Amino acid sequence: MITKWAIILPFIVAFIIPMIRSKLKKTHIGWIALIVPIVLFIALLRFIPQVAAGKVYEHTWQWIPSLDLSFTTYLDGLSMLFALLITGMGALVILYSIFYLSQKEALHKFYCYLLIFMTAMLGVVFSDHFIMLYFFWELTSVSSFLLIAFWHHRKASRRGAQKSMLITVSGGVAMLIGFLMIAHMTGSYSIREAIQIMPTELTNTLFIPAMVLVLLGAFTKSAQFPFHIWLPDAMEAPTPVSAYLHSATMVKAGIYLVARLTPLFAINQSWFWTVTIVGLMTMFWGSFNAVKQTDLKALLAFSTISQLGIIMSLLGMGSLVYVFGYSPATVIYTQAGFAALFHLLNHATFKGALFMMVGIVDHEVGSRDIRRLGGLMSIMPFTFTIAMIGSLSMAGIPFFNGFLSKEMFFEAALRIQQADLYSSTAMLSIIPVIVWVGSVFTFIYCTILIVKTFFGSKDKLPRDRKIHEAPKGMLISPFILVTLVVIMFFVPNFFARYLFSPAMLSLYPNTGTMEQLTPHIAAWHGFNTPLLMTIAVVIIGVILFKLLPKWRGIYNTLPERFTLNVLYDRGQNEVENVGRFMTNLYMTGSIRHYIIYIYLFFIVVVGGYFIKSDSFAFDMTKNAPIEWYEISLMAVMIIAAILILRAKSRLTAVVLNGVLGFGVSIFFVLFRAPDLALTQLVVESVTTVLFLLCFTYLPEWKKEDTPKYTKLINMAIALSAGVLVVILSFAVLHYDEFKTISGFFENAYELAGGANIVNTILGDFRAFDTMLEVVVLLTAGIGVYTLIKLKPRKERKKNEDQ
Amino acid sequence: MKINDLILRTVVQFVVFIVLTIAIYLFFAGHYTPGGGFVAGLVLASAVVMLYISFDTDTVRKGLPLDFKIVAAIGVTLALLSGILPMLFGQPFLKMSSMNIQFPLIGEKTLATVMIFELGVALTVVGVVMTIILSISEGSDD
Repeated sequence: MITKWAIILPFIVAFIIPMIRSKLKKTHIGWIALIVPIVLFIALLRFIPQVAAGKVYEHTWQWIPSLDLSFTTYLDGLSMLFALLITGMGALVILYSIFYLSQKEALHKFYCYLLIFMTAMLGVVFSDHFIMLYFFWELTSVSSFLLIAFWHHRKASRRGAQKSMLITVSGGVAMLIGFLMIAHMTGSYSIREAIQIMPTELTNTLFIPAMVLVLLGAFTKSAQFPFHIWLPDAMEAPTPVSAYLHSATMVKAGIYLVARLTPLFAINQSWFWTVTIVGLMTMFWGSFNAVKQTDLKALLAFSTISQLGIIMSLLGMGSLVYVFGYSPATVIYTQAGFAALFHLLNHATFKGALFMMVGIVDHEVGSRDIRRLGGLMSIMPFTFTIAMIGSLSMAGIPFFNGFLSKEMFFEAALRIQQADLYSSTAMLSIIPVIVWVGSVFTFIYCTILIVKTFFGSKDKLPRDRKIHEAPKGMLISPFILVTLVVIMFFVPNFFARYLFSPAMLSLYPNTGTMEQLTPHIAAWHGFNTPLLMTIAVVIIGVILFKLLPKWRGIYNTLPERFTLNVLYDRGQNEVENVGRFMTNLYMTGSIRHYIIYIYLFFIVVVGGYFIKSDSFAFDMTKNAPIEWYEISLMAVMIIAAILILRAKSRLTAVVLNGVLGFGVSIFFVLFRAPDLALTQLVVESVTTVLFLLCFTYLPEWKKEDTPKYTKLINMAIALSAGVLVVILSFAVLHYDEFKTISGFFENAYELAGGANIVNTILGDFRAFDTMLEVVVLLTAGIGVYTLIKLKPRKERKKNEDQ
Repeated sequence: MKINDLILRTVVQFVVFIVLTIAIYLFFAGHYTPGGGFVAGLVLASAVVMLYISFDTDTVRKGLPLDFKIVAAIGVTLALLSGILPMLFGQPFLKMSSMNIQFPLIGEKTLATVMIFELGVALTVVGVVMTIILSISEGSDD
């Protein structure tokens, strides 16, 4: 039940916040938003002892049982770890944002989006149903879009938002198809059930496509190479958003999905290869590119990409235990998975602190370009401390938690080298090399971050304002985070026992006990290869940093037009052009054309179906005899219809059209359908008024000058549509593909308490139809209103770009 | 175009009430005899249209200060509510129920929740028809 409340509570508050905004003029509305993550964090903390004991909480709401749709949520070790991350970081980021964003901003919108994001993210980690997971997954994309474009008057913000939306949503759709394939193979939409059934479906031809599609979703979301290009552009968002969504939580949704589905797919070796290689490439490419950035936030964005690559590749390496099958000898591979979870939390702490640090610098100095920064150490000592601890942890230096997980990363890479995977030893042996090179670049950009911002001369700083240390409130959140960075170094095993071990059980179910899956983390583990690698990273890193101006040139070797960003832009332009061309082909703006499309479709599909199924059989012998008054009424209507074509003025045409309508209602009376007759009569009167009103807008009635050829074609289409309707109404009488439903309505009086069968159908038997029709009616009304009343205002368009 | 037709106005003043009565009759009759929410809504709308045709817009607006967009929205909400209400009592969505109640003067009558639904339909129809007609007749000038 806690899971349901955790998902719903932020959503409710997200709705309340815009409403109470006007009541709270003085207070920063963030304080109200802050309550939500704090309450949830504490509520979740209370479940830690039970979850650490291996207990799983589950709760189900039946939604549409007949369609196997239920809203099942559950809380196990893995979702607990992520939920604590989401709520904990959420609380710190909201606290930080209260001091970061001024009262003048559209705060109600900001916190509304942020809380919707929290709902979506908690939904992702708690859902057991594939479709629900997909729903929340896309909701995170939508809220991320809204938050990136928070300063939507800036063109770069809008572009970044659109880019992230396009990439992550395309990945999401691919993932949905993958989910459907999984459900098709296993016959279940429940993630846990699918994991149980999947081993029997290994030879299924859908297995590999499903895996690729699901990974596409995870890789786009977690900014893995080559989909990482959206993350640097997403940095246009306000810094609290970058810290929360684009480093700590949302980009880790892909990690979550890979971790959650490892037991489902990892039995096939290709899972190991794809996840590990993509992760390593991302790690290398991210750290390599971070070095050349001059914008602090862009640097952190590439560093986030690189760190996500580390976590992803660790998950890949850990999945080897499934390839070899579980045995006491192979359980050692799960340590990579453990390192992934460990690094996940470490990354959230130090990267969150670093983002907040950059936010402070940006806020106080007014620039985050390292070419305009320098010497801030003496001006902002507290910020400097935060930056120092965060960067050193990220670089993997001792006394900070990053060191521990980095060592485990090296160790896992070395162990993979010795894995016995048939002919692929060459591939495996370069893994530690890539890992090491990536770490060297990581060390270099961490050094750049510190040295360029806080050391050196103050000459380059902007002179137009007095720079001072950030207000206390802004320092609270990063201080809590860097304290965690240090604490986690000294008592890692405490966190392991209560957070990572239970999560390991979800990552590797049925492989071992919690004790077997949990390695003992020790800061000092002797002079072994990983430690030597770290020492080498530091030495080479310092040398390369000193020589940076000499080898910077390699970043210019790749021509601009081959970069992924240019490729993306060109692709987007092409798609837009083709789309515009296609739309212009048939969207001519002429109602006559649109009616032709509709009629042609009707003739081809409906008429074609009836011809194909040979259902045009009808016989008149059983029909009632036709009376003379029916014939004469019919004659009047036919004459009226023909006269419409020859009418010289619009008024005549409308009146003649009215004759048709009233004729039909007389027929209704003759055939004893008073309800229909009544409705038809009133509708006819009201539409006549409407017609007359519309005429004031129309140009003068002119003689048509369309070519004879077009006229003939139009006549043919009109005639065949009319003939088809006539034939259909005869044929329907004898069409018996479907069972008749009139039996349901026979005892309407007992079932619905009404003697008027028409109304009991409308209001009771088929009330759902009527309700939706009413909604459609309202939508149409609003549509007409907006079309006429709300014309685009030209002057507003001008100042959209600033 | 200014209409100043004395005969039309005088007749409309009486006829409107007759039409309104018919609308109310149709609404309540719908359960047993021809009629119902949809027709009642349309008839109501035609009564209002009649007023607008014979009098000028300002006069009608003064006598009938209604925003028909809101009327339509209330209608849809009522229809939805009548569907959701049964769910609170553990019944399926849109489950209709009825009860017989002894009224003073008019005797025993059946009260059914379907009436709420029908009222919603009627209000939506009036609201939408009037919104469309009024917005077309007023144009985009204001």
